[in-house]
Amino acid sequence: MAMPRTMFEKLWDAHVVLERDDGQTLLYIDRHLCHDGSRQGFTKLKAQNREVRRPDLTFASPDHYRPTDIKSVAEIKDPKMREILEELAANAERFGIHHFGLDSGMDGIAHVVGPELGVTLPGISLVCGDSHTATHGALGAFAFGIGASEVAHVFATQTLWQMKPKAMRVNVEGTLGFGVSGKDVILAIIGQISAAGATGHAVEYAGSAIRGLDMEGRMTVCNMTIEAGGRAGMIAPDETTFAYCEGRMFAPKEDKWDKALSYWRTLPSDDEAQFDTEAVLDGSTIAPMVTWGTSPENVVPVTGAVPDPAKESDSVRRATQERALEYMGLTPGTQMIDVAVDKVFIGSCTNARIQDLRLAAAVAKDRRAQVRTLVVPGSQQVKREAEAEGLDKIFTDAGMEWREPGCSMCVGMNGDLLEPGERSASTSNRNFMGRQGEGGRTHLVGPAMAAAASVSGHFADVRTLMEGKS
Amino acid sequence: MEAFKTWTAKAAPIDAANVDTDQIIPAPFLSRIRTEGYEGLLFYRVRRNADGSMNPDFILNQDIFKDAGILVADRNFGCGSSRENAAWTLWDNGIRSVIAPSFGDIHYNNEMNNGMVPVRLSAEICADMRKQLHANPGAQITVDLENNVVVAPDGTQHTFEIPEFNRYRLLNGLDDVSFTLESENEISAYEGKRRDEADWLY
Repeated sequence: MAMPRTMFEKLWDAHVVLERDDGQTLLYIDRHLCHDGSRQGFTKLKAQNREVRRPDLTFASPDHYRPTDIKSVAEIKDPKMREILEELAANAERFGIHHFGLDSGMDGIAHVVGPELGVTLPGISLVCGDSHTATHGALGAFAFGIGASEVAHVFATQTLWQMKPKAMRVNVEGTLGFGVSGKDVILAIIGQISAAGATGHAVEYAGSAIRGLDMEGRMTVCNMTIEAGGRAGMIAPDETTFAYCEGRMFAPKEDKWDKALSYWRTLPSDDEAQFDTEAVLDGSTIAPMVTWGTSPENVVPVTGAVPDPAKESDSVRRATQERALEYMGLTPGTQMIDVAVDKVFIGSCTNARIQDLRLAAAVAKDRRAQVRTLVVPGSQQVKREAEAEGLDKIFTDAGMEWREPGCSMCVGMNGDLLEPGERSASTSNRNFMGRQGEGGRTHLVGPAMAAAASVSGHFADVRTLMEGKS
Repeated sequence: MEAFKTWTAKAAPIDAANVDTDQIIPAPFLSRIRTEGYEGLLFYRVRRNADGSMNPDFILNQDIFKDAGILVADRNFGCGSSRENAAWTLWDNGIRSVIAPSFGDIHYNNEMNNGMVPVRLSAEICADMRKQLHANPGAQITVDLENNVVVAPDGTQHTFEIPEFNRYRLLNGLDDVSFTLESENEISAYEGKRRDEADWLY
């Protein structure tokens, strides 16, 4: 009988081109996503006078530098940003790769566009020059972020040298409570295992709470694997996954669909498969979460308070916490619901899919934003879907801004920024110092919690706000 | 890529966990192309006060550490964004090696792909070396890749592990694309097999 294998091992084995004696393995890459920030990879490729080996497997969409208040490249006022988007289009043309430009009706954040167009599929290997590439693992793929040199390497060879990461399983059992979403699950996981808890590992999220998530929730969980240090995050494909993939533009059709489906059903980890590391959480005890510091591991339930560094015994940890609180302008012991916010951002590759916008809209409906609130759909397809459902109207009636798709205020590269000292409730993935603008103070939350902070002017427990509604 | 054999330089202690790549090089500088250079941009925001003036408490602002060529950090150095600009910024500001208990996986590879040597040593050894560097500011550390050894300021030798493949490439300054293309036959064979066995991909 064959050795029992984890899903990760099955995915890894299926992509081995060759393995050296020292364990270095040349892996084949089935899909390569790139974006406007991948220009350094193109520059390197051109400097080496090389071609893209498999333009048919390479897909580009502008997202990082794309302003969210314009509809075409010509309208971009900042010459540098315009040049960067023009450069991506020119590189796509020059190398013959797929390009979802602003005039395609398919543009958006790479990690939103990939799955919704069926570029991402179960059973594939996928890379992108962006650390949040683990998102795609939610479909049962082996997906990970890479640097610019590696982007150039994949362009030229369609392969990457890798050492096999260890396998980790995070089991979340039980039923999630009312008002708790995928974002709260992943924040609770990072809070438990730390920002380096999954370093060197490919993480499989499993358990009934994970299986109970819709695809959007699963993508949110896998998206933030990098915030726990993990190389890749993944979830076993099931009927939810297959129903999501079927009929999408680049998904296999007819006979090929049937063949793919029978292969995908073999992907889940074997019962007896061994993981190098395991973590367990009780999903029923997870509350809506809010971060208080400058690392995603600095997280508490919304019912909690800012912690006291004096209670931390390790001196480096204490100093790191003290610096974080000083930067964040917070006093130990302050209840999170007493912390006022200046801006709210609902968007990013973590939380800008249709289901995320529905969760936010349910809270915003018939209420008023108390602070400036940006709602940035993850793609044109999400935007159209939301508008067809009238979600845009709910947001604008509440006084929120309804924008064009892009990374926006998650990374602050397109002009959407916090001012120094401003505090945000943000559905993005990083609360790092200066991430959303110099001196900006970011608190990470899920989409419903962001909307709750917007209509309250401070952090609020969405469960209380939504009591009696569903 | 420049070859790396052994590097002896003044080392600076970075007493913080989770030093993310946004701290090493903030997003507004990412549109600079490689040849524009990143000199003077290392830890651009972290080393400044809110009013833009330099924070004298930040270690690399202190005269004795300004020309440090090695950093000794705490766990999870280079976590976060995949920006290779972080490795370029370290390089352009004279840093050839970072020693830490653990690294963000992507940044770890980015350093090696740019001729730098990221060294993993235990949290205790790193803490002890940072202590030595505080006690003797300006002390030097040697990172010897030929022998996989770090020589601490007090002369203690610590062996470290680094993937053999990367070590070979670093020692010889090899471009990995040409190296990979020596396996063209294997890559083509895999592509043929994949097309047959997983035609649903295409």
